[in-house]
Amino acid sequence: MSILAVRDLSIQIGAARPVDGISFAIAPGECFALLGESGCGKSMTALGIMRLLPAAAQVTAGSVEFEGGDLLALPESGMRDIRGGGIGMIFQEPATSLNPVLTVGRQIVESLELHSPLRGEAARRRARELLDQVGIPDPVRRLDEYPFQLSGGLRQRVMIAIALAGAPRLLIADEPTTALDVTIQAQVLDLLDELRRQQGMALLLITHDLGVVARMADRVGVMYAGQLVEEAPRRQFFSQPAHPYSVRLFAALPDANRRGGRLATIPGSVPSAEARHEGCRFVERCSEVMPACRASPPPWREVDGGQRVRCFLPGLPPSVAAIVGAGETALAIEPRPLLEVADMQVHFPIRRGILQRVVGAVRAVDGVSLQLKPGRTLALVGESGCGKTTAGKAMLQLIRPTAGSVLLDGVELTMRSTSELRPLRARMQMVFQDPFASLNPRLRIGDIIAEGMQALKVLKVGAGDTAAMIGALLEQVGLRPDMADRYPHEFSGGQRQRIAIARALAVSPQLLICDEPTSALDVSVQAQILNLLSDLQAELKLAYLFITHNIAVVDYLAHEVAVMYLGRVVECGSADEVLRQARHPYTQALLAAVPRVDGLRSEVPKLAGDMPSPANPPAGCHFHPRCPLADEGCRRSYPVETRFGATHVVRCFKAT
Amino acid sequence: MLAYIIRRLLYAIPILIGVNLLTFALFFVVNTPDDMARMQLGIKRVTPEAIQKWKAERGYDKPLVWNAAAAGSATLTETIFFSKSVRMFAGDFGRADDGRDIAREIAQRMGPSLAIALPTFVLGLFVAISFALLLVFFRATTLDFAGVVLCVAMMSISGLFYIIGGQWLVSKVWHLVPISGYSGGLDAAKFLVLPVIIGVIGGIGSSARWYRTIFLEEIGRDYVRTARAKGLSERVVLFRHVLRNALIPILTGVVVVIPTLFMGSLLTESFFGVPGLGSYTIDAINAQDFAVVRSMVFIGSVLYIVGLLATDVSYTLADPRVRLQ
Amino acid sequence: MGLSVQPVLLWSDALLFVLIGVIVGLSLWARRQDALRAAWARVLKDGVAMAAATVLAVFVLIGLLDSLHFRARLPAQAGAAASYAVEVNSALDALLSGLRQRTEKTYSAPLATHLYSKEALENSTQREFPRLKHGGAHLGENTVGKLVGHELDIAVRLSRGLAGGLALWLLLVAVVRQANGLDLRALMKVGAGGSAKSAAGGAVLITLLAIFLLLGAAISLGGGYHVFGTDKVGQDVLYLSLKAIRTGLLIGTLTTLVMLPAAVSLGILAGYVGGWVDDLIQYVYTTLSSIPGVLLIAAAVLMMQVVIDTHPDWFATSAERADARLLALCLILGMTSWTGVARLLRGETLKLRELEFVQAAQAFGVGRFAIMRRHILPNLMHIVLISLVMDFSGLVLAEAVLSYVGVGVDPTTISFGTMINTARMELAREPMVWWSLAAAFSFMFALVLAANLFADAVRDAFDPRSSA
Repeated sequence: MSILAVRDLSIQIGAARPVDGISFAIAPGECFALLGESGCGKSMTALGIMRLLPAAAQVTAGSVEFEGGDLLALPESGMRDIRGGGIGMIFQEPATSLNPVLTVGRQIVESLELHSPLRGEAARRRARELLDQVGIPDPVRRLDEYPFQLSGGLRQRVMIAIALAGAPRLLIADEPTTALDVTIQAQVLDLLDELRRQQGMALLLITHDLGVVARMADRVGVMYAGQLVEEAPRRQFFSQPAHPYSVRLFAALPDANRRGGRLATIPGSVPSAEARHEGCRFVERCSEVMPACRASPPPWREVDGGQRVRCFLPGLPPSVAAIVGAGETALAIEPRPLLEVADMQVHFPIRRGILQRVVGAVRAVDGVSLQLKPGRTLALVGESGCGKTTAGKAMLQLIRPTAGSVLLDGVELTMRSTSELRPLRARMQMVFQDPFASLNPRLRIGDIIAEGMQALKVLKVGAGDTAAMIGALLEQVGLRPDMADRYPHEFSGGQRQRIAIARALAVSPQLLICDEPTSALDVSVQAQILNLLSDLQAELKLAYLFITHNIAVVDYLAHEVAVMYLGRVVECGSADEVLRQARHPYTQALLAAVPRVDGLRSEVPKLAGDMPSPANPPAGCHFHPRCPLADEGCRRSYPVETRFGATHVVRCFKAT
Repeated sequence: MLAYIIRRLLYAIPILIGVNLLTFALFFVVNTPDDMARMQLGIKRVTPEAIQKWKAERGYDKPLVWNAAAAGSATLTETIFFSKSVRMFAGDFGRADDGRDIAREIAQRMGPSLAIALPTFVLGLFVAISFALLLVFFRATTLDFAGVVLCVAMMSISGLFYIIGGQWLVSKVWHLVPISGYSGGLDAAKFLVLPVIIGVIGGIGSSARWYRTIFLEEIGRDYVRTARAKGLSERVVLFRHVLRNALIPILTGVVVVIPTLFMGSLLTESFFGVPGLGSYTIDAINAQDFAVVRSMVFIGSVLYIVGLLATDVSYTLADPRVRLQ
Repeated sequence: MGLSVQPVLLWSDALLFVLIGVIVGLSLWARRQDALRAAWARVLKDGVAMAAATVLAVFVLIGLLDSLHFRARLPAQAGAAASYAVEVNSALDALLSGLRQRTEKTYSAPLATHLYSKEALENSTQREFPRLKHGGAHLGENTVGKLVGHELDIAVRLSRGLAGGLALWLLLVAVVRQANGLDLRALMKVGAGGSAKSAAGGAVLITLLAIFLLLGAAISLGGGYHVFGTDKVGQDVLYLSLKAIRTGLLIGTLTTLVMLPAAVSLGILAGYVGGWVDDLIQYVYTTLSSIPGVLLIAAAVLMMQVVIDTHPDWFATSAERADARLLALCLILGMTSWTGVARLLRGETLKLRELEFVQAAQAFGVGRFAIMRRHILPNLMHIVLISLVMDFSGLVLAEAVLSYVGVGVDPTTISFGTMINTARMELAREPMVWWSLAAAFSFMFALVLAANLFADAVRDAFDPRSSA
């Protein structure tokens, strides 16, 4: 007997049908993961179950049975008892999902008053217990605090406490950890798992992250373009995915084994929700297409042991191993580094008081030293707020460093005037994180790409030349030359990121600083961009400074890795040294926190707490409040560099 | 917090000085006192003596900013700039053309002005917010649409018509209240009812529509979805969650006008014959009494700056994110 | 041989034509911008907005006709050089010369045949309602009492006018149908089932029908009567109302035109450059906005009046003087109202400055001013446009209040404000003279309502936040 049974659910927004006949069931106490890329309709499904759809959307068909009753047939007042009481829900953005002007306690008590007989002091006591239960330290004080006073991880815990207040039998978690850092994600996932086991609560987990699925789910449903295409127990799904789409999702994941090779990509893009389909929805992007696929939608087919797939293909699709290349590109390593950063600092003053005196500084970057050789990739890794993006921009002199030196090919960049810097700017460029904010919506693609060439005067006059160069650049990044006349809004996220890369390449730089270039993209698109970047590196001998929090991407493409914590590099060395033989406890914990697709758990203890504020870093080693190994010495002074071999440098007293 | 208020107060000083310099330039540099005298006296009576007399009566017979004839500090103080502009900081506004002390006149006229402006403000705020909440509660229905159309239609009518129409209907046709006039004490009520009601009705259209937009913006936020996912009813969501958050922008937009309520309303007071600051200003403008207009400009900007300060303070009171940082 | 008229280009006319040039230029630029074009397409599909735009277009047409000024040539004296009348008239005046020249002695009610107040007649001791010189003159002489056939004549003229309007409209529909092959039946079903575009087209046609009917009735009745009566000195109130339109339009648009360059450049400068530039600009606009608007305007207008009064030699004609005062009012209104837009643009620039495409341009070493021009300004144009259309109706309303207070347009300039100002006194008369006020009210309400509805649609289409 299932607690939730969704049958043939369809949701329509205008002409679009983001959810088109979804059926699945969840047993009591089970964790069912709905996996899919952005726009596949997974969040819309969750909102449809809760009947919280936006005004423009409506359920056009199907039923949602919860504990035997059809939710879609309930009157609104009856549905309100289910919401919060029967089914709890938590959302992706803890920062905006809590009411900013009500205290944490008020927001929990509100739910208690609705779904339990507790009132007044008793309700408050229960709220404190709930905060305790979700692992919030010092719950009495937190009850009277406002959401903005809490960190992202704590806010998500409060969201969970609010959901638990109604003692729901089913919890819907919509991308609950996507907005969180990897170490915090690990904490929250552990908490959800523990609560589920304790309370016997079923969990509908909505995610795009295969690692999270492997960590949490009992069963998995894969969604594509508004439909489920595969449903399987976790073990089976990860050992033998049955739908060609699932297979390709795995193959697109970057990791160390695929280093130097190309990732499998899924050609094309997800069909629009307004499209009408004759046959299989994946047909345009599938490598195993048969005539039958185009004629009619594929029926469900049992594979074995509870695994079902919606595909005409008999048996399992061939696994798509990434084409593994020759391993490390054996470049002759030049002795002289292209980029040399020494002791760079970026401090932002904090002003207070009547006269706005400077009373302190946010030490966003606090003494970073790095080296990057031509044609190599250095990954700058760290959690949000560690200063990695600021460091990247400071190297480009987009933010002027407060102290330290930045040498590009032996030329000092700091202390130079804007006009002196201009000729040097052609040698280093940047690719930004958000492909939707990095292209001016009012300019044509051609003008966007030409801007750098004109500003830096890298080409001879003559309009024909420019157009030809733009065309060549567009082809180089895998777009068509005739796209130069279009505006950015016509392009998808992946295509925009290609345009951004073309813009940077237009001035023939030697160094490209890539700031989280794939974090806004789906896995399959990320693979395309990573492939493009490695092709360009091989072709143009580009050096990359790759700023990211995604360890898998680092493992796939970085030659050297530097790990940042609170404005400083705590460990750096070759990729193998840092990722396989991590010496710093922070690096070890960071690596351990990444949910692995093979479902293996790491032995390293999880990190507790949050990263402190860079305005007020802890004395001694910045990491000591969270470090399991810390002792008196760590509290007193910041560790000096310890070298392990020629390249591996660690700043930790305890590193051995 | 205290440091913040002090800093804002200090910031107000250069602004007041700026206002002062601006009005000085407007009133004495763009046109010389001689020009003003010539215009006020009329073409027929302009003789050098008449101009001198006119200037002497008003204290405009000094040099503008530098009195070379005087000695010591008097080179600066025996000037028009000092006696007419700088002394306003000390609350000395000089005398009006009819010879009365402007400061005393202002103090007397604040009461009647406030007696109309304050009830209009409070009642108007209440009515507009209630109306906006009603529209939001029935959002995307015919009622909401009709309400918005009504708002747009109401804000397309000039305030003059509300007053003229109201006076005509209520006082002339129905004979409910006197058409205009004012008296002190409780008697004032019968003179105040109509201007207050007209003021409220005239303001509803634009403010209710603005509040509705703010409410709708809040309703689209994530925390509202969370509140609904708790199982709260739409009414509780609206009143406990949305209203609290929407009040922050509403209050801060509204607080700035509270101090300027003292200035009264030009139109209402002049139509209803209320002896407040609004009618004082209008009379001064019509009589081209520059001293009074200059004083009102100065007082108006002082009150506006107080309003800005009050806005900042109210912001910190209404929003915990500001208060606790 | 000289021309029969001498064109006169008043300053406000020139600026109005500049404004039209700017609008045409901007719309050419917007046509190339996909996003802007899409937004305008949303406006074009909005039935209410298009109906409002139709009404506005009629007002603008009247205003433009009233901006083509000339001096008529006087009958030539033998041998003398051609001389022109002192009076400056507009194309609208020429078009409405009938209305303009048929003045009565004093007040008369709409469609009346007799004056509104009794007067002692020449060869009688009794006080009677004298016969109007022009109103209903075709009905013949009858100095006292009701004229025979007055009501019938009105009914006949009214139905003739309505029929004419309807006929003209049907002709237009036929032409449109011929040109576009539109299905008339789909057009009539406004909003019901028909596609958005044809619904908007239908709204335009229905608005045009209403306008044509009104126009037909006004022309037909106006030929023999004073449709809105006459004022104290016997001028036709309909004529006054039509003349007031230009004043309202000018104040609503020129003010924004005057203020925009300063508001846009200062707002962007403050937001993008920051530092002491920002401090200075913020200081200036805080200071300006801290003076209550009406008082600042009053003070400035009073001072301007002194300037104009003490320099009578600057202006050749009284039209030029009134025009100068109108322009000065626009300038003063602009000076006092640019602060809001500048503050808004500064805030938006602060947000844009942090966007990655601006940083990408900085990474190429693109200069500050080039970034402001290429990257910031185009992304602020929608705000500029929204504030332009949103301000319009507020300014038209403000003109009425200011003119009432006595710091508005020149008392000789015909405007809604001056009309209301005089009408207020008329209300106190017994019996009440209501038609001036009613005429001012209807014309002003139609103009402002149309502007508000149109502005709403523009804002909804261009403001990304309001799309939800």
